[in-house]
Amino acid sequence: MSQPKPRLERIWPLLPGLAALLVTTLLLLAMGTSPIDAYSAMWQGAFGTSARVYSVLAFLVPLLLAASGLLLTFKAGLWNIGIEGQIIMGAVAASWVALRVQLPAGLQIPLELLAAMAGGALWAALAGILKTRGGVHEIFGGLALNNLAILFTNYLIAGPWQPPEGGSFRGTQPFGAHALLPLFENSRLSLLSLALAVVAFAGVALVLTNSHWGLRLKALGQNARSAFLLGVSSNREMLLAMAVCGALAGLGGGVRVLSWFDSLRQSISGGIGYLALMVVLLAGFRLVLTPLVAFFFSAVLNGSITLQLRTQLHSALGDILTGVLVLLVLLFGNYERVRRAFRRRRSQADG
Amino acid sequence: MHKRLIVLLTLAALLLAACGGAGPSGEGFTFGMILVGPQNDHGWSQAHYEGGQYVVENLPGAEMIVFDLLNPADKPEATLEGVVDEMVAQGATLIFTTSDEFEEDTTTVAAKYPDVVFVNVSGDDVLTGEAPANLSNVMGRMEEMKAIAGCAAALTTQTGQLGYVGPLINHETLRLTASAYLGARHCYETYRGESGDDLQFTVSWIGFWFNIPGVTSDPTEVTTNFLDTGVDVVLSGIDTTEAINVAGQRAAAGATVWAVPYDYLGACDNAPAICLGVPFFNWGPDYLAIAEAVVEGEWSQSWLWNGPNWDDLSDLDSTSVGWLNGPGLSEEAAANLADYISKLASGEVAVWTGPINLQNGTPYIAAGAVGSDEEIWYLPQLLEGMQGPSQ
Repeated sequence: MSQPKPRLERIWPLLPGLAALLVTTLLLLAMGTSPIDAYSAMWQGAFGTSARVYSVLAFLVPLLLAASGLLLTFKAGLWNIGIEGQIIMGAVAASWVALRVQLPAGLQIPLELLAAMAGGALWAALAGILKTRGGVHEIFGGLALNNLAILFTNYLIAGPWQPPEGGSFRGTQPFGAHALLPLFENSRLSLLSLALAVVAFAGVALVLTNSHWGLRLKALGQNARSAFLLGVSSNREMLLAMAVCGALAGLGGGVRVLSWFDSLRQSISGGIGYLALMVVLLAGFRLVLTPLVAFFFSAVLNGSITLQLRTQLHSALGDILTGVLVLLVLLFGNYERVRRAFRRRRSQADG
Repeated sequence: MHKRLIVLLTLAALLLAACGGAGPSGEGFTFGMILVGPQNDHGWSQAHYEGGQYVVENLPGAEMIVFDLLNPADKPEATLEGVVDEMVAQGATLIFTTSDEFEEDTTTVAAKYPDVVFVNVSGDDVLTGEAPANLSNVMGRMEEMKAIAGCAAALTTQTGQLGYVGPLINHETLRLTASAYLGARHCYETYRGESGDDLQFTVSWIGFWFNIPGVTSDPTEVTTNFLDTGVDVVLSGIDTTEAINVAGQRAAAGATVWAVPYDYLGACDNAPAICLGVPFFNWGPDYLAIAEAVVEGEWSQSWLWNGPNWDDLSDLDSTSVGWLNGPGLSEEAAANLADYISKLASGEVAVWTGPINLQNGTPYIAAGAVGSDEEIWYLPQLLEGMQGPSQ
């Protein structure tokens, strides 16, 4: 590692990004739209007014919380795809407190946020127990639990938490003002939640770089069997990593119901958990890149709203840009692997 | 001119603006159209989109900004308020929010932009007094068209079993599903001489206006299940076309089944041979009248529940809702259906004539009485004789 990297290797991580931009640009040209107009609309939509910036930050909060949690589980070698359900159960738990518990100001919101973390942690621990006790791989357990969480939300909205005027299945009745996070300048952004997300990310960074627990997770992730032989209790560490990740994701779900919306809605997460998985994959599990990529995703998705309204193009363009980007990075982002594959091809061709 | 007059009457105040001469110019006028589903769904959302296009065609110079798929499953990053902010920034002075899902958010955002006119489709905030002065509600009076749909199904079924693919349960979907049942029962008794009690009418709610994988039940599976259990005519109450698609595939494989789609004039195209007809919304004329009133500065708040042009249920320049016979309807059934339609048109027969009991047996409309608008709009349950959940 002390050798200076060759030039190609140093700029390599940028190439998938440029390639994704190129693909999107070609797509725009094929649709008969000026790419400059399109990207300018996207920029305007993300940063054009202060309201747009607040919206980008507000959407960033649950995304960053979930991505921070995933850094832990990935480090432990776990594919916590159940993160979507953990966000949802956090939202459900926070909604329960908001709807059913009346506390003095100053206690209400902390309890809601704690409940959100507990809801997410519990759901994640379930996936963890299914893995450690039942031998169910966390991907399959997680997917099943995601569906269960969605069904549970639907049941609550259509059943016991139906608004008094009858259900439209859109959501519960709005929570009382005392139960909602204070919003910044008429936006959907809660500064408190943004601060919590930053603290959560910093905490995860600290754990991973500077703690004994971080080392144990790393050992577990790299080789579960030898970690066990070295005295790392793999089951306990796995469960703990899952629970902490679930708590952060659940907090994100709480923020969704307490600030982005004002009630529990169906599809309360709408895939933010899967987005967070893409964020961490795109960041290559790297700490510093994760919040930047999360911010980039939030900006692109918010920008694509304005893009659609200005250009009347298909609304999935933002999704396409991020999707192509992740795909290219996964395929070609690792310079070493690409070089090896290239050499293998060449030696086969020569032989 | 006669047809035009009928609409003018039904649209009363709004259309006073429209009949003053050659019609206004839409130069410099921009309006927003917010859709809950995709704009090409051959169903609910496309019907609104084409209503918007009708405005663009008939109000020269008018511009439409469309935003589709605004729902938290498809676009977790988008809010109605954010979309409206951008539309207003682009100069929109009239914004249609075309779903029941948008009702509350529309009320909130309308208060934020008091100089912009908002029209929430299918809501009742104007009726209940919650709406700010710049918000109207509009809905097509679809009940009779649904009764015609039910009649066509009852005239055709060979097994005596009808299946209704419903969206979610609210007042609107309850009254529309019940209307289809009342039409079916009436025609089963009147034209086929059978007992209405022998007609089996089952409702299955998928949970939302259209399929969201993992969230709703899958309308394709619901329809398949109907057809596997003896139902031979499926009626759709959802925004999209799965019912007719599945029935079409079954028919192509030799089964004797039919379908009645919903919402969109062109929905029969998905499987013409087995399509009995389609009850559709035709938003164009109402949207045009509203847009013209806004352009001329004569718009005022209203709650519109506009019905069909009974003289011609498929005249797209006049009718707010309509019915179009499908190629799958037999000649005999078509004749009986025409008779039913003419009796509805003349008032000789009313869909909501008592005795009508709720599903739990509670009398709702007395024998001989006809349900009032309020009783129909706020129907609390399915009706006696219908199978399927009411809540």
